[in-house]
Amino acid sequence: MAEELVLTRHQGKPGLTTIEGYRKVGGYAALRRAIEMGAEAVIAEVKASGLRGRGGAAFPTGTKWGFLPQGVFPRYLAVNADESEPGCFKDRVLIEEYPHQLLEGVLIAAYALQASHAFIYIRGEYRLQREILEAATREVYAAGMAGRKILGTDWDCELIVHGGAGAYICGEETALLDSLEGRRGQPRLKPPFPAIKGLYGQPTVVNNVETLSNLPYIVTEGGAAYAALGTEGSPGTRLFCVSGHVERPGTFEVPMGRTSFRDLLGLAGGVWRGRQFKAMQPGGGSMQVLGPQHLDVPLDFKAVADAGSALGAGALVVMDETTCLVDVATRLVDFYRHESCGKCVPCREGTYFESELMHRLEEGRASREELATLADICAGMDGRCFCPLGDTATWFVMSAYRMFTQEFEDHCGAGHCPVRSRVGAAA
Amino acid sequence: MSDRDGAVPAADLDPAVVARIRELRTLYPLARSAVLPALWAVQDRIGYLPAWSEEVVGRELGLLPADVAAVASFYSMYFGRPVGRHVIQVCQNVSCALRGADDLLDHLRGWLGVDGEGESPDGAFSLEGTVECLGACGGGPMMQVDRYSYESLTPERAEAILTEIRETNPEGPVGG
Repeated sequence: MAEELVLTRHQGKPGLTTIEGYRKVGGYAALRRAIEMGAEAVIAEVKASGLRGRGGAAFPTGTKWGFLPQGVFPRYLAVNADESEPGCFKDRVLIEEYPHQLLEGVLIAAYALQASHAFIYIRGEYRLQREILEAATREVYAAGMAGRKILGTDWDCELIVHGGAGAYICGEETALLDSLEGRRGQPRLKPPFPAIKGLYGQPTVVNNVETLSNLPYIVTEGGAAYAALGTEGSPGTRLFCVSGHVERPGTFEVPMGRTSFRDLLGLAGGVWRGRQFKAMQPGGGSMQVLGPQHLDVPLDFKAVADAGSALGAGALVVMDETTCLVDVATRLVDFYRHESCGKCVPCREGTYFESELMHRLEEGRASREELATLADICAGMDGRCFCPLGDTATWFVMSAYRMFTQEFEDHCGAGHCPVRSRVGAAA
Repeated sequence: MSDRDGAVPAADLDPAVVARIRELRTLYPLARSAVLPALWAVQDRIGYLPAWSEEVVGRELGLLPADVAAVASFYSMYFGRPVGRHVIQVCQNVSCALRGADDLLDHLRGWLGVDGEGESPDGAFSLEGTVECLGACGGGPMMQVDRYSYESLTPERAEAILTEIRETNPEGPVGG
């Protein structure tokens, strides 16, 4: 029997980007059902589903919703569509192919939270995707499912698609809120968490696109049915992105916990060009590297944590035997240097020195002593910033150094990249 | 009024853009939230943000021009000066790099006649220098031209795509 799917269960049906097409597959029945159930019952189903946030931090969605203080209004829902994690492109797929499934999820959440406004913050580079959502939003307003007295109830909720303008940091929830307030997108000190003081100082929930896209299924089929698709610690399914050195890169929805990295690699056609597997990033650019010994680890939060990494934003980046890990690490460190918002000194200065050192190392101009300096710089950043950018700027490079120590040391004083030279000679 | 680039004064700004900014202001609980969309409204019309756009946006939203400038300067997609008619971004992050993004970028630099980053001599294109993950990792190497992604590229295919864009969209961005 084929696995039951949630996010991509309507795949291949015509016209899903229009409200008419989405209604033909039962779309927006879940919103009506949610309103019949009442807000409390919807929250109870989401808690029962065990759904955990799909943006990277994997915080239980129902618990996050439960942090909103009783009786404090207005409340806001901010939808994080600022997908920018290197290797991650699932939210783009969910927006391009199933925009109304997302909007239905957004409205279900906004109803459950009794939010007066739902803002979808989408990265500036996703201009086409913003226009898809804007068109879908107009259809939702025309159908009386946003704005005043939604579906004949007393509930009012405005639905606003808000475009960013090029800043990875705005995917961090408090930076996203600052950006939405019309400021430079810089993270806030927590606590207070957004649930207590978020947008305009009011209670606010920030949820990821994929997280919310699961809600129509959870309301229709029930939280228990959703949870049963995965395992106890990792309920439901997840839309994983697979990219890099594989034959068929793409997104694959699989049940969590009961699928391994090897299975996922198989769905993507295996390592390309008949080459050997060398390493992988299991959760996007921010997460620690894993090696061939981890291929049979299940896609389960705890199992991946035990292996020394995390599923992060659900992006598997595969590297074959020709890959230089120092080169990959250098590229990622450059990314964090460029995207550091500059608010916290350890991150702003640390990424600069880290990047300068990594470039020297990749070019074979660094000394062995500088590897100790690299570790020092990273120790001075990890855990010392307002937001996780400063932490994650160290995780891949330090984990790669630990797992591929010889490769890092071979670069020292070599005068060139030894991996590329070797690969070049073999080719 | 500062006029660092000798651009058209605010009085000549398309009234439709001012009307759009006023409409945006009413969408949000606080007017300040309309800063980013208001800057987009100006840039979509003019192609970049002349110095006076800070005054116009500030005036409409009740902010100082310096406030608006501080916001605009934070975000990499707002241009402070005119750029080519089509903006090309070649993703250089890991997933694309593993599949040949560096070679693609080097090739396009040579083909466009651009040293590092900037406008092509004919003004048709602007090549962005530092480009981060564009969320199309399943189709690396890729480039985004204006609002569209072009995936699984070879240098030859990229050249053919850009040639077609230059010929079929001589006025400005693809898709408006």
